[in-house]
Formats: sequence, C-alpha cells, structure tokens
Amino acid sequence: MRIRAQVAMVMNLDKCIGCHTCSVTCKQTWTNREGTEYVWFNNVETKPGIGYPKHYEDQDRWHGGWQLDGKGRLRLRSGGRLKRLGRLFANPDLPSIDDYYEPATFDKDILVNAPAGLKDTPVKRPRSALTGEPMAVTWGANWEDGLGGAHEHAGGDPNIARMPGEAAAKVKFEFEKTFMFHLPRICEHCLNPACVSACPSGAMYKREEDGIVLVDQDRCRGWRMCVSACPYKKVYVNHATGKAEKCTFCFPRIEAGQPTICSETCVGRLRYLGIVLYDEDAVLAAASVADEHDLLDAQRAVFLDPADPAVRQAAREAGMPEEWLDAAQRSPVWRLISEYRVALPLHPEYRTLPMVWYIPPLSPVLDAVGAAGRDDTDADDVFHTIRELRIPVEYLAELFTAGDVDAVAGVLMKLAAMRSYMRARTLDGTVATDLLAGIGMTAEQVEAMYRLLAVAKYDERYVIPAAHTKDAAALEAQAAAHPDCSLDCEGGPGMTTEATVQSFHLVDGDEVRPGRPGVFSRRADGRRGLTINPLRGRS
Amino acid sequence: MTTLVWIVLPYLCLAVFVAGHVWRWRHDQFGWTTRTSQLLENRLLRLGSPLFHLGAFGVIGGHAMGLLVPASVTAKIGVSEHVYHLTAVWGGTVTGAMLVAGLTLLIARRLVNGRVRHATTTMDKVLYAALAAMVALGMTATVGTNLLGAGYDYRETIAVWFRGIFWFQPDPALMSGAPLVYQLHAIGGFLLLALWPFTRLVHVWSAPLAYLWRPYVVYRARRGVPPTPPPTPAAVRDAAVRLGR
Repeated sequence: MRIRAQVAMVMNLDKCIGCHTCSVTCKQTWTNREGTEYVWFNNVETKPGIGYPKHYEDQDRWHGGWQLDGKGRLRLRSGGRLKRLGRLFANPDLPSIDDYYEPATFDKDILVNAPAGLKDTPVKRPRSALTGEPMAVTWGANWEDGLGGAHEHAGGDPNIARMPGEAAAKVKFEFEKTFMFHLPRICEHCLNPACVSACPSGAMYKREEDGIVLVDQDRCRGWRMCVSACPYKKVYVNHATGKAEKCTFCFPRIEAGQPTICSETCVGRLRYLGIVLYDEDAVLAAASVADEHDLLDAQRAVFLDPADPAVRQAAREAGMPEEWLDAAQRSPVWRLISEYRVALPLHPEYRTLPMVWYIPPLSPVLDAVGAAGRDDTDADDVFHTIRELRIPVEYLAELFTAGDVDAVAGVLMKLAAMRSYMRARTLDGTVATDLLAGIGMTAEQVEAMYRLLAVAKYDERYVIPAAHTKDAAALEAQAAAHPDCSLDCEGGPGMTTEATVQSFHLVDGDEVRPGRPGVFSRRADGRRGLTINPLRGRS
Repeated sequence: MTTLVWIVLPYLCLAVFVAGHVWRWRHDQFGWTTRTSQLLENRLLRLGSPLFHLGAFGVIGGHAMGLLVPASVTAKIGVSEHVYHLTAVWGGTVTGAMLVAGLTLLIARRLVNGRVRHATTTMDKVLYAALAAMVALGMTATVGTNLLGAGYDYRETIAVWFRGIFWFQPDPALMSGAPLVYQLHAIGGFLLLALWPFTRLVHVWSAPLAYLWRPYVVYRARRGVPPTPPPTPAAVRDAAVRLGR
C-alpha cells in the first residue's frame, strides 16, 4: 500500500444558480492573457447541452480517456504509445478552435474617437482576437446558458445519445416539458490521468504531495496529445506559446491553505474542498474493473478511511504530516463521498478516476414531481416519482454513474429524505425514523449532512492544510544559520510570499512585465530568455 | 575566397549551431517547442504536416547515406555504382517530392488562413524561406542534374569535403569544381544549420522517444519552500493591537 493525499472537490449542483462568478474570477486569475482568450479553466455548462468544447463528451469522436482492450487491460482510448508517436505530426483527435469558439474583442476606440457630427451613433463591433478581422459572434463557452438554443442543439448532447432509446425519445426540448441544471466544470485532477499518460515529453505530472495535475511549461514541447487524451477537454493549447495549459487547482493558494479562487468566490457556496487519502497501488485495478457500473464503488474503495488507526499509522510512516491527517479526518469531501455517499464522479466510465465529484441536483426531479401532480414535500411521493421517473434520472445516470440508474436514484432519495426529515424536525419536532430506515442513515448522520450541505461555514467547507516542506530539518538548519531572523534569509519563508507574488504576476523588481517580453527579457528566476520565438510579435 | 567559403563558413556555422543550441537549451526552455498551430487550422495541416515530416526523414536519411558513407564502403558491401545511383536518385526524388508537397501545403496554410498567418512570427517566415530555398536547390540538383541531366558524382567531391570537415582537414579544392547548384546547396545547408537553434526546428531534438519506456502516470514532488499564507485581516488587526497602535 502506498498512501497518498489528494486535494479534491465536491460541488453541490442543487445550489448552482449558473452565475458564472467562478468562471469569471478564474479567468481573471489565470487566463486573461494573449493565447488563452478562448480558455476557461472553469466553465459552467447548462445541461442538457453539447457543452464546451462542443460535444466533448462524445468519446467515439475525440477518443479521450481510457478503455479496456480485448484482454481486459486498461489502455488509452486513442491507442498505444507507438500509435501516439506516429500521430505527432497531425493529431486526428484534436479539437479545432471552432469546436471551442473564436474569441472576440471589441473595437471600443470607435466609441471614444468617433468624429463629431455623425448622423448615427457609433457602434463597436466584434473583432476576432485571432485575426483582428470583424467577425460575427456565433458561439461561446456558455452559449447554451439557461438552455439557450437547446431546441436546436441540445439533441446533440452525447449523454442523450447514450441513453436508452425510449428514454432519449422522451427528452423533449419543448418549453413546458424540459428540465435543466448547471454543471460547473474544472480539471478533475484524476487519480489515473489520461492527459499525463499521453504526454510524450513527460511534461505533465501529478504532484506527489497533493495530487494536483500540472503542466511543466519549461518541458512542454507542444505535442498536444494531452488535449485529445483528456476526456473532459480540460487541457488547452495556448495558441500564442504553443504549449499546453490547464487548471492548476490554484496551487499557490492551496499550498497556503486557501481555497481555489473558484471556490472562494462561489456565490452559491456550493463547493467543498478537502483532502482524501488513497492507495496509489489500488488505482490501476480500480480503473480496470470490467463492468462500468462497478466503477463508482471501485473508485470509492481506493479511498482510505482517515479515521482508521491502521491507515493513520501507515500515513505517518509514509511521512505525512500530522496536520494533514487531521485535515483528512475533517475533510468535507471524504464525508460527502464515502460517509454519506451522496457525491458522484463525473463520467466514471472514462476510467480516469476523477477527483472533482458532484452531488446530483434534486431540483429538476422535484420540478417533475410537481408537474406529475404529486406533492413534492411528501417523501413517499418523491420516492415513487424518482423510481418511475425516466427523465431526468436516466440523464443524470449518464453523467454520474455510467448509466446506473439505481445508483443515482439512491443518492436522489437520500437528498429527498433529508429534506423531508429536516422539514418534519423543524415544523413539529418529529423524528421520521421510517425515512431514515429507507436510506440507511442515522439521525445524527442526516443532521450532520444537512448542516454540511445547507449551513456549513467557510472553514467547514474548505479544510485545506498548508503545504509542508518534506525536509523540515533543512528549514531548521536554515533558521539556525540566520539567528537574527530565520524568515528573512535568502529563499526563506519570509521571502517566498513576495517571490511567489512576483513570479505569479510577472513582476521583476520595479518593472511589470505582462505577457509579451522584449527582445531579451529576464524571467522571474533571473535567467535571460530568448524571445525571438515564445510569443508572437503582432505589430 | 575558396578558403573563406569552404572552410571558414562551415566551421563558423557549426560553431553557431552548437553554441546556439547550448545557449537556447539553458536559457529558453519555455520557447523550446513545436509551436503547434493545429488548433487554428487542421485541414491543410492534416495532409501537409505528415507529408513534410516523412519526406524530411527520407531526405535527411538520404543525405546521411550520400555524405557520410564513402563510395568505397558501399562498393565493398556489394552495392554497384548503378544500383546506388538508382536508389539515390529515385529515393531522393520521391522523398523530395513529398517534402516539396508538404512544405507547399504548410506555407500555403500560413498564407491562406488568416489565423495561422497572424500566428506566424518573423522567425517562422525566415525559416520557411530558408527551407524553401534549400528544398528548391536540392530538388534542382537531384531532378535537374542527376535524373534528367548528365549527372554529377558528388560522392567523390562534396562528400569527401564534407567528411573532411569532421577530421579538420576539409579540402576546398574539391568544392570549387562542383556545379553551382551543388555549391549553393552546400552553403545554404550550413547557413540553415546556423539558423537552426534560433527557430522552432529545435523541437527535432525533443522527439519524445523516451515516452515508449516510461510509466504512464508521472509523479513529481513539489520543489522549493511552500509559500506562507498572507496574514488574515484578523491577524493584522491583532498585531496592530499588540503593538499598541
């Protein structure tokens, strides 16, 4: 057994109002640069819908993720190593910029510089950020927001295509019959990442300490296999540098014990962050389970109980700091995934063992209950409806349980039972034990789950231990060498805040250096870099 | 003049080639990339890029065979002059044609497609011009001189001079007698080598062959000291209170 810790996230979809604050703050933080105009490390989709990039879930087309070969061995869907090297010259599975959208900007100058005496009000027009030419904006990362255009496009949702025929036929995008919910997506920081496995130059890696998947910008050579191998299409090509970029899980914040920027700014407070302990040696077997419906339980089995003394002892022996073990025990993510079992992974059938999980939305189900003329406050009615309801439960099953309707219905029932239980408790103080029996949870568990889902405060939702340096002894030696102030020495902790901020904001001394350097420029690490190449000169 | 062109220039270019790579590798890992533009345009690239690269492999292999292997060696292993000539000319013509077709498509997509044109750097333009010139000269030599023309046995002159460079005994007299197109091609070749480290051609040295042997998932430990979190507003307030401010 090899114990590792993973920083993981759970999103409660019932609370997502689709405000895109997470997307906007993420973009402001990470991708507001030339070359990443079209890149959204965090995007919010409306489901049903074809998503961003278009049809990204259609793995028959993009060949992302893993699959089992004829002998039951796990292999990348896009083929073996030799085949991948043979496709370096032209990657047939790579989405084009049109599959995302053509980024636009506006010629706002015309509003300021328009000559006096014009008969018509000057109007700013969209221009392509790629060519500078005038363009028509016809698609975007949230074009389908609130089911916009769903009557035309959403039928192409790959999840509907995979649903059983009769159920799929019932998904009608008529105004009065439809349902929808929002799905915020970031990189899944998978336990079995297909992008890392497909990277020919070994520039992508999973961090040993916290499992965050990153791209080493100095080692990426632009072979772009990660983009096509990721089934969630959450690795992007920066078209200005020709290198891959992806969601970083805001590692500078996580290392400092702070939540990611998308979590921090989430208006609905629907994101939970915490540590999950897992056994690295069990990952391959869990990803290779034959029956797709068993993948959910297989992945849950990879996680280790942080309260188990044997696990804690093994983690200590592996050098995990005590602080991390405590954080793992208090982890809201562990509780939602493994204790209450209400969180589900997005598309477990990709076999990447994703680490951003979702609590499926009950709202569209309750809407359907109401539409069926039943009482959406009566647990029995809700249970019956969930059982009978093909839509949207089968749709949710395609997203979260590889089509296993019972698994997703079980979670929805827990959520419905929790509501009814808490309603009875609040209104007349009765304890609905029949409800508890139906979902196999104790009263304490349901109330704790209610607190976590409904009223949890900042430090209950985000339990992130600060990063620890592996060799604490080295730090102490450093401190001993500088008795006056151990924090202010060269490279010492007292200096790193500033250093991090500098490299983060591309500031060098007094000089602020945005995306485009001069002919020679000094990097944050002090080296001089060639700039004939890295960023195009657009004069 | 002959000394300058056939001795000084090659060594100068080779020196720039080596020193340039060392410098670029040490100082510009971030710029060391293929600078892929497949995201922006795929239709022409899908055909042009494999043609160009496979053609280039053939052409580079052909150059290695013609320049590095002495005629005496091929004769010793039983390859007659006629067989060699046929292989070289036809192999060169076919792979060269692939290279021409691929390069034409790749240049065309840079010109035709506005997105790719916009993403093209000055250095890209220089590189494309240099490659086009080299390919044109090479094809003139192979097709014009050896396939259609009277033929020229470069293995007795150019190849000997070329190998001489590596033993530090290049004989400029061997080159001054070669046809003009061969002379230009040789000079151009060395200039291209000098240009190499400053262009996207450096991605050649990063051909990811190690991928065939490494484990799929790469784990790496975080380097450096973790950042200290900035003080919370409450901590700032408490500190101010402590200091009596």
